[in-house]
Amino acid sequence: MIQVLFFARLRDQLGCDSLTLEAVDEDSVTKLRERIVAEHPDWREPLGASGILFAVNQSLVKSGHAVHDGDEVAFMPPVTGG
Amino acid sequence: MISVQTEPFDVASEYAQLTADDVDDGAAVFFIGRVRSHNDGRAVTGMTLEHYPGMTEKALEQIVTDAKARWPLGRVRVIHRVGSLALGDDIVFVGVTSAHRDASFEAAEFIMDYLKNRAPFWKREDTADGSVWVDARDKDQRALARWS
Repeated sequence: MIQVLFFARLRDQLGCDSLTLEAVDEDSVTKLRERIVAEHPDWREPLGASGILFAVNQSLVKSGHAVHDGDEVAFMPPVTGG
Repeated sequence: MISVQTEPFDVASEYAQLTADDVDDGAAVFFIGRVRSHNDGRAVTGMTLEHYPGMTEKALEQIVTDAKARWPLGRVRVIHRVGSLALGDDIVFVGVTSAHRDASFEAAEFIMDYLKNRAPFWKREDTADGSVWVDARDKDQRALARWS
């Protein structure tokens, strides 16, 4: 299973802080996002917004990054710390 | 050394620890970020910092590792608070030492520029119109170009 986390403004927009999905072969962050949007069509816009950051196992990655069974994937708005 | 915590930090005590038993480093620089009363034309009355536990520490460790690879640094200390903060509260401490001042000044700025773009914290400001998520600034994103 893949654990997916949503943070901050994105979590508020989706009304969801996490979900789990089955892993598929040759998965990527982009493909994962498509599977999520297929189940939640109104999430397409917030998840596709420019500047959304992705992390796999707590490291920032690009959208084409591979995703494997057991991974933790996070979708995050642009960060505003400091 | 990195800390992500709700508790306030004490700058004098951090300085003492940063320089304890060190006679080789002639420069110590620190930056402190504080909660400001105004942002984007809004009056701010307080703030909450959300974060991604686990990834915040990892991201800050990587930024410090990168800074140490670029400059000859002595010690580096980064503290970032999370949770509810009031106006004038300290949010972040970046302390750096080095033999000479150039490295400390530049590394402190590098660490803050990367923290602003890569460390998973999100500010929510309390205002007269309710609670508002802070937007990332283009200026902060452009700041990274300096270090390429």
